[in-house]
Amino acid sequence: MIDQPRRAVILLAFFVIAILFPYLMRVCGQEYFIGLASRMLIYGIAATSLNFILGYGGMVSFGHAAFLGVGAYVAAILVVSGWSSALLAWPVAMVVSAAVAFLIGLITLRTKGVYFIMITLAFAQMLYYVTISMKAYGGEEGLNVPRPSIPWLNLESDTEFYYVAFVLVCAIIYLMHRVINARFGRVLMAISENEVRMQALGYKTMHYKLIAFVLAGTIAGLAGALLAAQNSFVNPSIMHWTSSGLLLFMVILGGVRSKYGGLIGAIAFLGLEDFAVNIQIDWLANWYPSYSQHAMLLVGLVLLIVVLFSPRGIVGFFANRGGHVHE
Amino acid sequence: MSTNDFLLKTVNIQKRFGGIVATRNVSLEIMNGEVHALIGPNGAGKTTLIAQLSGLLVPDSGQIFFGSRDISRLSLSDRVKIGLARSYQITSIFRSFSVLNNIALAVQARKGSSYSFWEPVVSDSELFEEAFAYVKEIGLAQRSEVIAGQLSHGEQRQLEVGLALATMPRLLLLDEPMAGMGPEESENLVTLIAKVRERVTVLLVEHDMDAVFRLADRVSVLVNGELIATEVPDLIRSSEEVKRAYLGNDTAT
Amino acid sequence: MTATLVFEQALNGLQFGLMLFLLAAGLTLVFGIMDMINLAHGSFYMLGAFMAASIANVSGSFWLAVFLAVPITAVIGMLLEMSLLRVLYTRDHLSQVLATFALVLIINEVVRLVWGTDASLSPPQSLANPVELYEGLSYSAYRLAIVVLGLIVAGCLYLLIAKTRFGMRLRAGASNRTMAYMMGGDVSRLFTLVFGLGAGLAALAGAALGPILAVQVGMGESILILTFVVIVIGGVGSIRGALIGAVLVGMIDTMGRVFIPMFLRLTMPSHYSSDVGPALASILIYVLMAAVLYWKPQGLFPARNG
Repeated sequence: MIDQPRRAVILLAFFVIAILFPYLMRVCGQEYFIGLASRMLIYGIAATSLNFILGYGGMVSFGHAAFLGVGAYVAAILVVSGWSSALLAWPVAMVVSAAVAFLIGLITLRTKGVYFIMITLAFAQMLYYVTISMKAYGGEEGLNVPRPSIPWLNLESDTEFYYVAFVLVCAIIYLMHRVINARFGRVLMAISENEVRMQALGYKTMHYKLIAFVLAGTIAGLAGALLAAQNSFVNPSIMHWTSSGLLLFMVILGGVRSKYGGLIGAIAFLGLEDFAVNIQIDWLANWYPSYSQHAMLLVGLVLLIVVLFSPRGIVGFFANRGGHVHE
Repeated sequence: MSTNDFLLKTVNIQKRFGGIVATRNVSLEIMNGEVHALIGPNGAGKTTLIAQLSGLLVPDSGQIFFGSRDISRLSLSDRVKIGLARSYQITSIFRSFSVLNNIALAVQARKGSSYSFWEPVVSDSELFEEAFAYVKEIGLAQRSEVIAGQLSHGEQRQLEVGLALATMPRLLLLDEPMAGMGPEESENLVTLIAKVRERVTVLLVEHDMDAVFRLADRVSVLVNGELIATEVPDLIRSSEEVKRAYLGNDTAT
Repeated sequence: MTATLVFEQALNGLQFGLMLFLLAAGLTLVFGIMDMINLAHGSFYMLGAFMAASIANVSGSFWLAVFLAVPITAVIGMLLEMSLLRVLYTRDHLSQVLATFALVLIINEVVRLVWGTDASLSPPQSLANPVELYEGLSYSAYRLAIVVLGLIVAGCLYLLIAKTRFGMRLRAGASNRTMAYMMGGDVSRLFTLVFGLGAGLAALAGAALGPILAVQVGMGESILILTFVVIVIGGVGSIRGALIGAVLVGMIDTMGRVFIPMFLRLTMPSHYSSDVGPALASILIYVLMAAVLYWKPQGLFPARNG
């Protein structure tokens, strides 16, 4: 582990930069990046929730984007139907995501290993198909939705939205920190390490896994609602299985089983994606003009390299020695 | 001691896997307060029997009673809650947790709620005090902060028993606790079991005959899934039938 | 709704199911023997279709195209296995998922670079005309040929698995990996061959279905998920499970998509049924999967004994 004082300094530095970020971007005339940063924070929330069940709970869910989609659509439908307050839309989105996570978890958590991965994937894809068939809400084309409102704030402003997202991501990370260090977190980690022995100590392991799964789904639902507001648009591709795969990528890129791994991974990934799509490489443009449409090739290569050579992600890369993060 | 003072009783339990009968009409009684040893050659079905007693497997037929309660269909975790705990032949501890945290998990299972999401565990001094008491009892006080994966084999086996012990069982099923241990380590474990038996009934599955004959009040012999004898140790030691059952197998006497 | 329609759709379902079986058989062996999740399996399906399309367009012969595309894809699969994927056998499932997911992204882009987003593959002239099965039912000769192909491959696989030494090692490996190692011989070569076999079967399915479904980038992913459902239902590592699961999924999916909307149109007001019908039909398979898993979390015929 990086030693405590150095960690505190790095954290403080990031915190300060994050708070000043919109101002800095405005000064540079690069307001576009404020929106990008908001997206990074929102995906950071989603990836953090996935890291909770994956990194600490050992549940490799390949369907996490489903909750992102559920949250996004519930919030969008509410706003489009006239309930434009975020203070209503977002909590309702979370509740519905929790319910969906409960139902899915009830069935999928009975399985293990390879089966669990496949069945979470399948359920997420099922929800994707359901969403596509909802013609009333845009079907495959998607749905435009105005940003909701919060009293005393103007969410239409990219800057204010950014700060809302920032406060939320800080709150979520802190929440996860508390849960991991509490009794529940210990039990979760022990279950992921040796589930049978936990049962042999008297724990009803299915209950704990289900609660963790629902918690993660709820937070992802919040992220989805935020995403719908940020983009002013929802469409089924949010919950396509490749979306779930990219969430997993963010987690492994940032660092599995680390508090900040989800956020770091989201920032790194979205940064990489933005770079790959927008970069101007003149000699490449001469040879193959539409190269930027193949950004996924770069993403795929980076993912492959990270998985093969640096599976502990960015956080793992910077840790001085193999520490037991939770001890 | 009345003849009905049993803590655990099985009535004609059977278990087959495909064509193989692993447990054949086993009726076993374990009396309150005794140390009951279960011996038998390799492949006799001892582990399958333990699995059925602890709740990992369900017998195809027959019943299991714990006290007056029929626990035949009770889940593994529920059996622990009523006082039936087990240690494993193949060490099954939490390798990335420290010794103290391992035991704390066992204590936490029965003390207070694990549905606590906010208070950090480390501030729970009562939990760790009690856990440390068990750590001391199993002889790992000097090693309580060591990560379990880094313990020696013998120490891991001690922790293995300690985990089961910390659930405060009424009946402790020990599945070959001395597996792979040297003479000194085995001696430590024998001392531990001798002390523990004062408050816990013990079913001891073992190959180490020295330990068996020193500790056991009664010995049952399992051969090919069938219980061929249940007697005091001296009678078992001198039994021709038992010797025949072990013919060709090493018995460390 | 006539008996003819039902029979026709049942045949379609059988045809689709048998092709799913080709995909599932290879994948379930890889899961069962090497304990590896391979998301790129759908990419072999796609490569088979694209390569067959190119070869058919250049040579004019559908049969030649299939005859060449299958082994070429199998070889590509084996090369990938030997160079890249072998590393993943000892890694955890998450790493396998992400690494093969990365491969999917890469292969998709490479295909897009080489072929563009789609290609067209037409059925052979000899099978272009429908065949009259009995009075009142004309059925596509090509689809019939696929059914026959599927049955032949299933039969050959059965012979391979049940009657050859190679098959014996496969069965041993699928039920107990340590046993596979102990049976001697070159285990890594066995793995490579299994992988190649899976890739070849997937390519065959891709080439066969190419004329019916569209040949396009991303075709692998949608059918891969169905393949997963088949394997989950049938049980990992079991060829028999793959066959039964595949036919079940193929028939239910195909017939569901036709008859559920039909049924709903009769019983519900039309502005609901046009939405709900297709939605229900798409999720029917997943409901089936959930139901099977509820009672048998390891699938119907799990090969693994612990």
